[in-house]
Amino acid sequence: MSTDERRLATKVRKVREFLIERTIFVSGITSIVIVALIFIFLLKEGLSIFLTESVFDFLGGQFWYPISDPAVFGILPLIAGSVLVTVGAAILSVPIGIASALYIAEIAPPRTKEVLKAGIELLAAIPSVIIGFIGMVTLGPLIKDLFDIPTGLTALTGSLTLAFMAMPTIVSIAEDAITAVPRQYREAAIAMGATKWQTTWKIVAVAARPGMVAAVMLGMGRVIGETMAVMMVTGNAALIPHSFLQPVRTLTATIAAEMGETVQGGDHYAALFAIGIVLFIITFLINAVTDLYLHRSVRK
Amino acid sequence: MNVRTEQKLAFSVLFLCTVLVVLPVLVILGIIVVKGGSALNWGFLTAMPRAGMTAGGIMPAILGTLYLVMGAVLFAVPLGVLSAIYLVEYSREGRISRLIKLAIVNLAGVPSVVYGLFGLGVFVVFLGMGASILSGSLTLGIMILPVIITASREALESVPRSFRVVSLSLGASRWQTIRYAVLPHAIPGILTGTILGLGRAAGETAPILFTVAAFYLPKLPQSMFDQTMALPYHLYVISTQVPGVPENIRFGTALVLLLLVLTLNLAAILLRYRFRKRKRW
Repeated sequence: MSTDERRLATKVRKVREFLIERTIFVSGITSIVIVALIFIFLLKEGLSIFLTESVFDFLGGQFWYPISDPAVFGILPLIAGSVLVTVGAAILSVPIGIASALYIAEIAPPRTKEVLKAGIELLAAIPSVIIGFIGMVTLGPLIKDLFDIPTGLTALTGSLTLAFMAMPTIVSIAEDAITAVPRQYREAAIAMGATKWQTTWKIVAVAARPGMVAAVMLGMGRVIGETMAVMMVTGNAALIPHSFLQPVRTLTATIAAEMGETVQGGDHYAALFAIGIVLFIITFLINAVTDLYLHRSVRK
Repeated sequence: MNVRTEQKLAFSVLFLCTVLVVLPVLVILGIIVVKGGSALNWGFLTAMPRAGMTAGGIMPAILGTLYLVMGAVLFAVPLGVLSAIYLVEYSREGRISRLIKLAIVNLAGVPSVVYGLFGLGVFVVFLGMGASILSGSLTLGIMILPVIITASREALESVPRSFRVVSLSLGASRWQTIRYAVLPHAIPGILTGTILGLGRAAGETAPILFTVAAFYLPKLPQSMFDQTMALPYHLYVISTQVPGVPENIRFGTALVLLLLVLTLNLAAILLRYRFRKRKRW
């Protein structure tokens, strides 16, 4: 190859690499662009509902009658449904999830540990529509008979199902946090005469607390956003619930169940997008706060 | 209470809690396998549904799901891998990389139904693709992007720094270094992430509800601009929307979906395991 040819080849290579590196940079920021686009499009399609319904009436309105005439779009019953189901799921899943994280990380023998972790991973892999289906055909009838109520598809059924679905998130993140606690903490405690349990509960669990908080928050984020399973097991009644044994309707289920019947660009369509805005903001805040919190506690 | 008994008691409680988490998983799998197994045969997998979906097979739903996940992966893998390359090889620790990481975390947390809304707003309506395989694939692709980016990032980060240093010191350019000294060693990790993404995309229902999924279609989709049936949506439809679907068809559909998703996950786990064992540095 002559010098000229070589020079040319180098030049071609440089141009090519320049283009590749530009592409890489553009791809690098796609995540930011997509988050922004999601928000922009939710606003674009959803904001028009606030021309007919004030923000206050939308968020605080007690009635969700999207197809009556005139339609009323108050999402308080849906918020109440989501909150009730989420609180129920938290009450069940937080103590049990943290306890099993402690067991898996600190107590289980290595082989058992691998089996348990595989089980949790398996749970994370099961599609939510399958969990909803099984919840509907097994848990529903069980709760119906147990409490002798007309339908087994209630907020309680939803909470139980969601508590189960939050487990992979809570257990695996909490377990990571527990495993990350330095060995010296444990050795020092044992050397001072503490039992294994005292070390686990009073030293390791305390040191891992920030990670556990993050685990719980992300788990709850998952629960609020869960759609299919919750739609299949909660009975779908858009009324403000007074007990766990009533059917409820969550924010997510409302979007999934009703979008198919709407007219594109109509009020109902916009109202469902506006619910999407509410959900997006909730999960965004949960994730951002958790991330900042974790970041801060890592730096400390 | 004696400290020993206290410890014994506490450990038993923790163990019980763990059983409470893991046992239902086995129960769910058991129920589906036992009740769905009887429906599973060649005809069920290859026939069209008949009699208003109360008889026949689920072939169009299986095929539709395969189309959708292939489309999602074709879109998400190149984008995700390049994005990971940027994060690991090019960006410096700073505001932009912080922001990108925060965006990825948030994408992973966005509810799946909100992805569905996004897909409806952008692909179906704004870009005029209508409810189609294309819209559904792109929506699913965006949803699994965080999975692919995170896995690729870990794979790239696990390649030792010395590989890059040596390559650069021999006169290779930055891109040549990435292309020939880093990327080949990250491929297994990227593949693992891709398969996990496939599994996730195959099982999701909410993102495809308004972007592609059809209740029932008498014939198979002809192009990527057609609607299609899909397994998870089909399970939802026959278990809540259509009365009188025999139990074994419902459980059989659940079993097929479960097998598909679990096979993909198992493949990813095995791949990761083999890769870790073979690693020589």
